[in-house]
Amino acid sequence: MMFEAIVIIILAVILLAAAVYAVMQKDLLYAVIATGVISLILSVFFFIMQAPDVALTEAAIGIALTTIVFIITIRNTSRREDEVPMDHEPDRNENDN
Amino acid sequence: MKKLLVLLLLAVVGYSLITAMMGVKFGENRLGDPQDEKTVSAYYLNNTTQKLSVSNVITAIVVNYRGLDTLGEVSVLFLASLGLGSILYRKHKEGEEEVAILKPSSQLLQAGSKLIFPAILMLGAYVFIHGHLTPGGGFQGGAIIATGFLLMMMAYQDYRVSHSVLVWVESLAGITFAGIGMWGLLLGNTFLENFLPIGTLNNLFSGGIIPIIYIAVGFKVAAELTGVLDTLLNIKDKH
Repeated sequence: MMFEAIVIIILAVILLAAAVYAVMQKDLLYAVIATGVISLILSVFFFIMQAPDVALTEAAIGIALTTIVFIITIRNTSRREDEVPMDHEPDRNENDN
Repeated sequence: MKKLLVLLLLAVVGYSLITAMMGVKFGENRLGDPQDEKTVSAYYLNNTTQKLSVSNVITAIVVNYRGLDTLGEVSVLFLASLGLGSILYRKHKEGEEEVAILKPSSQLLQAGSKLIFPAILMLGAYVFIHGHLTPGGGFQGGAIIATGFLLMMMAYQDYRVSHSVLVWVESLAGITFAGIGMWGLLLGNTFLENFLPIGTLNNLFSGGIIPIIYIAVGFKVAAELTGVLDTLLNIKDKH
C-alpha cells in the first residue's frame, strides 16, 4: 500500500512536470512528445484505478495515434511556435498566436 | 506573458476541480453501494453474469445495455474520418510529385517492424474478439491494429493501404452493426435486442450478439483510423 502510494505520487509529479513543459516549450515537437508522456502516465493511472479498458484505449490512441497526427501536422507547418511559416501571410499568423 | 496567463487559467480550473472533488475519496465507488439493490451499478454487477453470461461487465454495458450510444460513437468516428478524408484526400494526378512526409527509415526499423507487425495485428484481433471475456473491446482492438499499420507506414515509405478495401471493410462492418440492431426490431423486440442464445459463461461463443457487434466495431475502427493515418501521411502537393 505504501509502495503503491509512493509510485502514484512520483508518477503524478512527472505528469504535472510534463504538462507544464508542454505549455512552456517553444519547440512544438518536444511539446508533443511531452503530451505523449502525459498519456503514458495517464494510462498507468487508469490501470491502477482498475479500469483496464480505458487504459488500453489511452495507450493506443493517446500515445501512438494522437502523437503521430500532431507530428505530421508539425512536419507540414512549422516546428517552432514563433516561426512564421513560408507559405502563410505574416499578419494572419500573428492572429493565430 | 501568454504562457503565464495559460498557466494561471489552468491553476484556476484545477483549483475549482479540486474544491469540487474534495469530498469524494480517491477510488471510491460513486455509483452507489453495490449491495443496495436499487442502484443501477448493483443491477449491472448482479445480473450481467447470469442473464447475459458476459464476464466483462463493461462490455455488457457498452454493447448491450447502452448499445445505441455505441452506435452513435461509431457514427461520430465515421463522420470525423469522412470529414478529414474529404478535405485532405486527393487522387494522384499526372504531373504531381508526392512529398515524402517521412525520412527513409533504417534497416533495423524495417526488419523489426516486419517481425512485430503480425503480432500487433494478432493482439488487436484478440482484444476485440475476446471483448466480452477480457478487458478491451472493439475500439481498443481497432486502435491497436491501426498502430500496427502506422508502424509499417513509418518503416516502409512505399507501403500503401488500398482505400477501396478500407471502404468496403468499414461499410460492411457498419452495416453489420446496424443490421443486427434492425434484426432485433424485426423479431418484434427493441432495437439492438439480444436475440441470440447467450451460451455459457466464459465461453468464446457466449453473450448473444455482443461478440458479433464488437468484432464489427473492431473492424470499423481499425479501417477508419488506418484510413485517417494513410490520408495524413500521403498528402500530395502541386510542384
